[in-house]
Amino acid sequence: MSTKTTAAETKTVAEGETLLSVEGLGKHFPVTAGLLRRQVGAVKAVDGVSFSVRKGETLGLVGESGCGKTTTGRMIMRLLEPSFGKIVFEGHDITHMSQRQLRPLRRDLQMIFQDPYSSLNPRQTVGAIIGAAFRLQKIETEHGVKRAVQELLELVGLNPEHYNRYPHEFSGGQRQRIGIARTLALRPKLIVADEPVSALDVSVQAQVVNLLEDLQDELDLTYIVIAHDLSVVRHISDRVAVMYLGKIVELADRDDLYERPMHPYTNALLSAVPIPDPSKREGRERIRLTGDVPSPLDPPPACRFHTRCWKAQDICKQTEPPLVELSPGHLTACHFPENTTVSATDEVAKAAVGGSGAVTPVEGDPKLDADDD
Amino acid sequence: MTAPIEVSGSETAQPDAVLEGVGRKAIQGRSLGQIAWLRLRRDKVAMTGGVVIILLVLVAIFAPVLVKLFGHPPNEYHQDLIDPTLGAPMKPLGGMSGDFLLGLEPTTGRDLFSRIIYGSRVSLLVGFLATLVAAFIGTTLGVIAGYFGGWIDTLIARVMDIFLAFPLLLFAIAIVGVLPDSMLGLSGNGLRIAMLVVIIGFFSWPYIGRIVRGQTLSLREREFVDAARAMGARAPYIIVREILPNLVAPILVYATLMIPTNILFEAGLSFLGVGIRPPTPSWGDMLSSAVKTYQIAPHYVVIPGIAIFVTVMAFNVFGDGLRDALDPRTR
Repeated sequence: MSTKTTAAETKTVAEGETLLSVEGLGKHFPVTAGLLRRQVGAVKAVDGVSFSVRKGETLGLVGESGCGKTTTGRMIMRLLEPSFGKIVFEGHDITHMSQRQLRPLRRDLQMIFQDPYSSLNPRQTVGAIIGAAFRLQKIETEHGVKRAVQELLELVGLNPEHYNRYPHEFSGGQRQRIGIARTLALRPKLIVADEPVSALDVSVQAQVVNLLEDLQDELDLTYIVIAHDLSVVRHISDRVAVMYLGKIVELADRDDLYERPMHPYTNALLSAVPIPDPSKREGRERIRLTGDVPSPLDPPPACRFHTRCWKAQDICKQTEPPLVELSPGHLTACHFPENTTVSATDEVAKAAVGGSGAVTPVEGDPKLDADDD
Repeated sequence: MTAPIEVSGSETAQPDAVLEGVGRKAIQGRSLGQIAWLRLRRDKVAMTGGVVIILLVLVAIFAPVLVKLFGHPPNEYHQDLIDPTLGAPMKPLGGMSGDFLLGLEPTTGRDLFSRIIYGSRVSLLVGFLATLVAAFIGTTLGVIAGYFGGWIDTLIARVMDIFLAFPLLLFAIAIVGVLPDSMLGLSGNGLRIAMLVVIIGFFSWPYIGRIVRGQTLSLREREFVDAARAMGARAPYIIVREILPNLVAPILVYATLMIPTNILFEAGLSFLGVGIRPPTPSWGDMLSSAVKTYQIAPHYVVIPGIAIFVTVMAFNVFGDGLRDALDPRTR
């Protein structure tokens, strides 16, 4: 494996090779004012996130609206230019690769879009929409484009006879299947699924989620699933990253995260999930967060969650907790985590004294990271 | 492969039933254009307008044949039928008869039917060509401004504002007034028609340009554009294959509604004497000379007036119907 990995990643990669790794990635949208378009500030949509995705796994990216999940996904797809940080896909640093150099890599890196009503061109037939992938990448198909498209339609559970139809003749779930078929046309290795089911009816959501899982087994796919629906993420993901205001606050294996959430924000999110069985509801305390999400224009200093956190103390306003591994494979950025005896502060202190190597500060200062390049 | 059954999709079940009757032929979907056509066909007013437009175009194309069959050469004088003292046609109703279907021109006695028919050529030619020029410039610059944004957009938007603020009528009068007799291999009325087309087209493109720019701005944000980019599409591909097909409807509607404006503008210029030069017949010029004799020969004002009115009306109702058919939401 020629992938350039940092010490942090080699540690987290226990099995399977790393397909994609993201280090200190950030996107700041400049805010300009006045006649001369002077920059007066920046919306810190994503402010230094790091994670890696192993081959064959599904990484879930959750968080509430505006926390930067979609921006992260679009930067990985290079539909948005990253402000700083690094994206490495299969050993290629694609962070600032030109679109021309990127073109051949796009076969391996595809995206499923959120809104099935906006992601299909209403003026093109299904055949033209899916076939565009072959034309754009100049892929020779064995039995012609039409045959290839029909096979894809069959693969996603649609009638291949619908080749000549237009998107408006399909339901939302069917349209999302068309979008998935288009994504699969290039046989990608990694698929970024941006809220793949949130625009769909609940009854159809399950079908599309199951389709994605079946396709993963069949075609050996790797997913990054962006969602705000915790139950969808729980169903589909192997590992889950929780984002809050442009930063990852917790990253862990799915079961670990849902059974023993450490970060207070994750706890709050999970406690908001309704439990259908009333008898199981007993003894559970619903955490109600007060206040709104702070503006990413001017995020709170140090720990970004301290304005709404019931456990916040002075240190949370002064020192930013690094994202460290508090139990095997479970990374949390918090001074006072739940469900554990150690905390980010302890680990950092321990590392400073002993340098035992148990610490994996994945989340460095983004500006430092940028300078390293 | 587990193929989950689409619960919500009645679409999957229904075509199979239809198929049994038709045989296993590929299912042909209905494009948005076909649906718009079905909708337009139900709109009787718009269809009437459309039929009138087609008739007008046919009349303009087959003008020599029609004149040969039903009239007299447009520049043939029939002063024997004119009252020499008044200058008006001697027969009642401006001399309308089986021989002269729409009567005679006062003073000269030329056949009005022939002149109206030949006049439609100039009106439609200028109307269509000027709109074509405007639609071409407007679409090109509008798409570029909307898609690329930034300083390109700012520049093009400013240019549009300047063009819209230009006193077009005065400019046209000035330009045509100083036009030489021949230029660029064109001469006489050929040159004048070309000049009218260029002037009208060149100054009315911002109307289409603004609409195209606005539509492009919203289309650019649609996810299918991102999907194309994610597959490695370049800007020209996205503009031509993804965005332009979605702009056909608004361009078609606004072009249709622009044609009557341009026809009126041409008539206005000819009325003012800076359009087509006599003896070539043009509706505006006919109206202008009719003003002098409206007391003795009122039919001479009415007939070209009706011709202009019907043409403009036909294009307007057809354009409105087209808009309703192509985009039912704006109704």
